[in-house]
Amino acid sequence: MATDHREAEQPVNTSDSDFQEDVEFVETNCVPGKCNSAVFDTTDELDDLTLNLANGVIQNHRGTITSLIRKRAKRSNTLKDEEADQDLANSIASEEANSIEQSELSSELSEDENVKNGLEDLSLQDTESVPEESPSVTLIPSSSETDYVNSLEWKQQKKHIFILSESGKPIYSRHGSEDKLVTVMGVMQALVSFVQDDKDNLRSIVAGDHTFVFMNRDHLTFVGVTRGRESTQQMLLQLTYMYNQVISVLTHSTLVRTFKQHRNFDLRRPLSGAEKFFDNLLNLMDVEPGLLLTSVRCLPLDSSVRDIVSQTIVQHAKVKDLVFALIIAQNQLVALVRMKRYYLHPMDLHLIINLINASESFKAAESWTPICLPKFDATGFLQAYVSYLDEECQSCLLLLSVDIEAFYTLSECRAKIKERLDRYNALTAIGNSLQRHSYSVQQCSIGDLRHFLYKARSTAQYTSPELGPPYNTPEQQDRLFGLYHFLHDKVHSVSRPLKLLYHVGKYETLLGWVTQGFELYAVFGPLVTKNVAIHAVNKLLRWIKREEDRLFILSSVTF
Amino acid sequence: MKSLEAKVVVLGSQGVGKTSVVIRYVGGMFSKAVSPTIGASFFTYKMTLEQYRVKLQVWDTAGQERFRSMAPMYYRKANAAMLMYDITSLESFYDIKDWVKELKKNVDTPIVLCLLGNKSDLDSGRKVSKEDAEEYAASIDALFYETSALKNMGIEDAFLQVSKNLINLYETVPNSGMGGMLGHAQQAPPDIFSSGMTSGDVAAGGMKLTDGGKDSSRSDGNCPC
Ligand SMILES: Nc1nc2c(ncn2[C@@H]2O[C@H](COP(=O)(O)OP(=O)(O)OP(=O)(O)O)[C@@H](O)[C@H]2O)c(=O)[nH]1
Ligand SMILES: [Mg+2]
Repeated sequence: MATDHREAEQPVNTSDSDFQEDVEFVETNCVPGKCNSAVFDTTDELDDLTLNLANGVIQNHRGTITSLIRKRAKRSNTLKDEEADQDLANSIASEEANSIEQSELSSELSEDENVKNGLEDLSLQDTESVPEESPSVTLIPSSSETDYVNSLEWKQQKKHIFILSESGKPIYSRHGSEDKLVTVMGVMQALVSFVQDDKDNLRSIVAGDHTFVFMNRDHLTFVGVTRGRESTQQMLLQLTYMYNQVISVLTHSTLVRTFKQHRNFDLRRPLSGAEKFFDNLLNLMDVEPGLLLTSVRCLPLDSSVRDIVSQTIVQHAKVKDLVFALIIAQNQLVALVRMKRYYLHPMDLHLIINLINASESFKAAESWTPICLPKFDATGFLQAYVSYLDEECQSCLLLLSVDIEAFYTLSECRAKIKERLDRYNALTAIGNSLQRHSYSVQQCSIGDLRHFLYKARSTAQYTSPELGPPYNTPEQQDRLFGLYHFLHDKVHSVSRPLKLLYHVGKYETLLGWVTQGFELYAVFGPLVTKNVAIHAVNKLLRWIKREEDRLFILSSVTF
Repeated sequence: MKSLEAKVVVLGSQGVGKTSVVIRYVGGMFSKAVSPTIGASFFTYKMTLEQYRVKLQVWDTAGQERFRSMAPMYYRKANAAMLMYDITSLESFYDIKDWVKELKKNVDTPIVLCLLGNKSDLDSGRKVSKEDAEEYAASIDALFYETSALKNMGIEDAFLQVSKNLINLYETVPNSGMGGMLGHAQQAPPDIFSSGMTSGDVAAGGMKLTDGGKDSSRSDGNCPC
């Protein structure tokens, strides 16, 4: 891709990156982790967000499951017994998509710009300064409820996330019981409604070192409050994940229908028990770059082993109506097999990972549970067969089907898959890879490179080394993550997107580089010069290229 | 020897102890750290009883409200339903009525009902009297046991009686919908009951063999139905 080369050499609109002409860039045909056949659905959520905000439309994926079920119905029409199944399947899986009263996202661009610029000013402040405690603003006059809200513990939380209904009913709060937050949430909803009365939408408020971000979708209001490094865009992305998690539990159809019937419905009831998925998802977002990058981390594995795993799945789980089959080990993807023409979106995969990660229940026995994947089809459930393959409960097999009666068949598939994987020692290989903890940055042998994130855009996958010194404490890791948010925001800035950013901070030097093929975020020691950094990332790209078979899934496997 | 395969569904409100009871029975242990069920978990239990090899396919369902609409998927074609409440929660006892109504409406094959009052070890916090429960069980023609997964009380008895009733049902009602698999079982090798350790057993901290001819293990789901 010759364009990569030019893009890189002519950074636009940035004072930061006036590179000298003689800087040597990477071979243009070298995009590590590049793949011509699509492995994942690679629509980037950040692009989506930007687009949606500009158009005032939110795309909803729907109908996929219905069409799959119809296909199934056609096939099994002759079998009388199946008809009952069909009714059940239809009632469970999906209904005619109700027309949605999509709250309009009008966009007053000029105002938005202002907010944006305000935010940029904020993020350009000395990056290492610890935010001071803002003078305590008393939100609401005191009572026992407000005592809690005004407590230091609550106020000092780095990030708050709230979900409330249109009528201001609390649904979820990351910190503290939402019961105690009725008044605060009422105030939030009042703010939102006030702006909506003017046929406009409240997007964000900056108050001191806190940013409030608002998102309205399907009768729900999502509010994020952060004093971290996240930009408005990034907070919107996080809120979108939260929205997707709600959909994943309820489906979009149910959510909309419920509120159509009772505007005042208490959504906490159907969501009861799902709080831990929200909590866990938010925790993942604080440590797992894949959500920010809307991309997938694969477990490093010899490609021959990975081939064995996916071929075993293809051979032994070749059953009708199976849409996706995947193995996940410690939040990393080991293998994915999909039905022809159907793709898994990284955001959906993160929800699947979150489901596995947040629940111990799957470790006790084979499970069979509905799950809605909003990017795949927001209107219906897929049925997930979930079972760990090894005694240590590390490798988890998931088989996602549209056939609600498939459990016993899939359970047989699991037995065969496990038997073969054992025979080929593939489970041991997976275990070994998990034990080796991916790789250290030293293995790339690039002096002064401390850490990096590399995302191959065509495959929606990313790789990064494990966190070594100095990022071996939670505080430092948090700071590093903040740096990545900063860098990511700069290069993806809506008003001023950059191809390349070289940033010298107090403790480290950052390099962000975005081309059509990849996104690279690299963190160096503080004394690294521009030239050295450029040479280093070139070298790094070559290293990743050499390792790409191990680090990425480069070919798409279908049933 | 004849062979019988029956589907048992365990229903009841969130947190009454469905998983704890099933794991106690199948895995022979109690874990305080059991986590809420997602969707439904599948266990099997094999035993020899009255000239039958009985294989129970136990569906341990989730009590959380959001899975409520999925229940038909799990109780359809069930041969027995264990309806569980928590003796310290009146609400969980009242919820049983809804389950019974729903089953009556949606299940047209004969089904063995068994009412279980779990957490009988927590007698000091009891809210549901044994008499009330007994009376109710009789009114819906159900077996009744008070159980404790913690103290391992009543569970063996309950499952044993349910199995006996299943055999009875199988013998007296020709279209009971049960997996009558005479031919299959006769051809099966004798070691059919000792399939290897699986993750289910591991989570239960290794399986515990119960006495005389009984043997618990989780199958690989190779049911012939
Ligand atoms: N004291 C006592 N506690 C029990 C007993 N059985 C279960 N528990 C506890 O009750 C809680 C819920 O148990 P579970 O087995 O998860 O309940 P469940 O019915 O499967 O819950 P869901 O899967 O959410 O529907 C756990 O904390 C158990 O330790 C019992 O017999 N006695
Ligand atoms: Mg349970």
